[in-house]
Amino acid sequence: MAELTRADIDEILKLVDGSDFDELKLEMGDLKLELRRRGASAPAAAPAPAPAPVAKPAEAVAAPIVASGGGSEIPAPLLGTFWHAPRPGAAPFVRPGDVVQADTIVGIIEVMKLMNSVPAGIAGTVLEITAPNGELVEHGQTLLRIQPA
Amino acid sequence: MPTIKRLFIANRGEIALRIIRTARALGIETVLGVSQADRDSLGAKLATRAVVLGPAPSKDSYLRVGTIVEAARGTGCDALHPGYGFLSENRDLAQACADEGLIFIGPTPDNLTAVGDKLTARSHALAAGVPVVPGGTVETAEDASALAETIGFPLLIKAVAGGGGKGMKRVDDAASLPAQLDLAMAEAEAAFGDARVYLERFVTVGRHVEVQILSDGATFLHAGERDCSVQRRYQKLVEEAPAHHLPGALRQGLLEAAVRYARHIGYRSLGTVEFLVDVPRGEFYFLEMNARVQVEHPVTEAITGLDLIALQIAVAEGQTLPLTQDQIRLTGHAIECRLNAEDPTRDFRPSPGRVTQAWFPPVTGLRVDTHMQPGAMIPPYYDSLVAKLITWGATRDEAIARMLTALDVCVLEGVTTNAPLHRAILTDPAFRAGGVDTNYLGALLPTLGVPT
Repeated sequence: MAELTRADIDEILKLVDGSDFDELKLEMGDLKLELRRRGASAPAAAPAPAPAPVAKPAEAVAAPIVASGGGSEIPAPLLGTFWHAPRPGAAPFVRPGDVVQADTIVGIIEVMKLMNSVPAGIAGTVLEITAPNGELVEHGQTLLRIQPA
Repeated sequence: MPTIKRLFIANRGEIALRIIRTARALGIETVLGVSQADRDSLGAKLATRAVVLGPAPSKDSYLRVGTIVEAARGTGCDALHPGYGFLSENRDLAQACADEGLIFIGPTPDNLTAVGDKLTARSHALAAGVPVVPGGTVETAEDASALAETIGFPLLIKAVAGGGGKGMKRVDDAASLPAQLDLAMAEAEAAFGDARVYLERFVTVGRHVEVQILSDGATFLHAGERDCSVQRRYQKLVEEAPAHHLPGALRQGLLEAAVRYARHIGYRSLGTVEFLVDVPRGEFYFLEMNARVQVEHPVTEAITGLDLIALQIAVAEGQTLPLTQDQIRLTGHAIECRLNAEDPTRDFRPSPGRVTQAWFPPVTGLRVDTHMQPGAMIPPYYDSLVAKLITWGATRDEAIARMLTALDVCVLEGVTTNAPLHRAILTDPAFRAGGVDTNYLGALLPTLGVPT
């Protein structure tokens, strides 16, 4: 049986990502591949509250992690406007070089005045904030890269 | 007068391409909002830009009002086209666009409310003097007999609180009315805790005929009618324009009623008023108004030469309609076949998958609206429409002949489609004679060996 290439795994990751499944186990000969969507066993995030004029404490949104060459790319869990800081003029949540834990908030994604906080998802060191401040990010677009601890 | 520069398209599939086509002709940039499953679709490649709204399921992407408006604003769009289906008749989207200063390519939020639910739409029809299916609520057997006199038989008894066929009875003559009424009221009481019922005329032989409306809010025009009687479980399969063998007076009455309805609710956009034509009685009844572009709009474009999407955009920009009723001339006959990725021999089960070959060459008189190309993926999350074949002919026979040629020539491989069913319909003597009713396809399928 042919070997599973890196491209194959990327393709499988994409399929799993686009599916409703949280977990995939694949056995091909000697090879065993187990994929689990991050937070698959954890309860889903509560639905976002109704819009309010003042930004309220943001809710965490789980994001799948995609590994890549230069650290792990942290993708946007939803489409919206990406903010580096909790409010205009404030210090950014994280800067390159910062050490983060999985639950460290790295940014906010705003959708129609609703603020959704984005946790790092993995522990490590921030390499780069890829998505610009105050601009639209697509669902799945890379927000930042983190070198896993 | 605002002129649209960049248009957000909140849809997918062939209609996204149809909108891109007109936008390109008008020099408007397009941004297509796609789900993750559609990021490699032809529309995503052909739009000026595509943005991923969210995961594949519609509820996480194409049905998210906030996400779509945020995406439209964030990409610098000044207008939004909702296509058909999804959020096309969603008042919240139309309102959110208005609130955010985006031009919604569709009717006003008030228009959407007026046609949004059947009861409101029906009351507007009555107020506009547009005929509805004769009927009314009854409380006693005496009421029922009196009303049944005016409705005629056969009729249907339906529970006011109803749904799902509970408390619904067909009554074929006056003698059986009292007993059936008792049964229906008892069932309604048991099922819904509400014994109230209403009587409604039952149309044994009906045709689905709809009228294309164009309006800028001041001028109300029609672009002729379409016959969509070839349907299965309310899913249209073959449509044509004009409606064949429709008596002249009936047709005229229908067109005028549609315009009257649109004027009554102050409709402003492209829209369609649907009617049920009661063939034995030679009457017609209002069904509903669709406040969006229809899947089958190309047959109207084929016989009028109009670009309905361009007109829809012009009206949304605040322009007045650039034509009068007399300038809309209907020429020849057009037929549309909806090619679906589904298997008619297996209860029309959807057959998603990868298209290995797609070829729709320019056959004379043929127009193809499709998002298919070799290698295209048909995801399992959305409807199964993969292509619309539209043929025009000077006569209906010519349009049918051209469609049969198109079905022979065009290639779509890798997935199972309903093309063989289209061929069977187009060669069936009853369809070729024209004027079939809504029972037609259901009766034809068993003769083709297709389980229904």
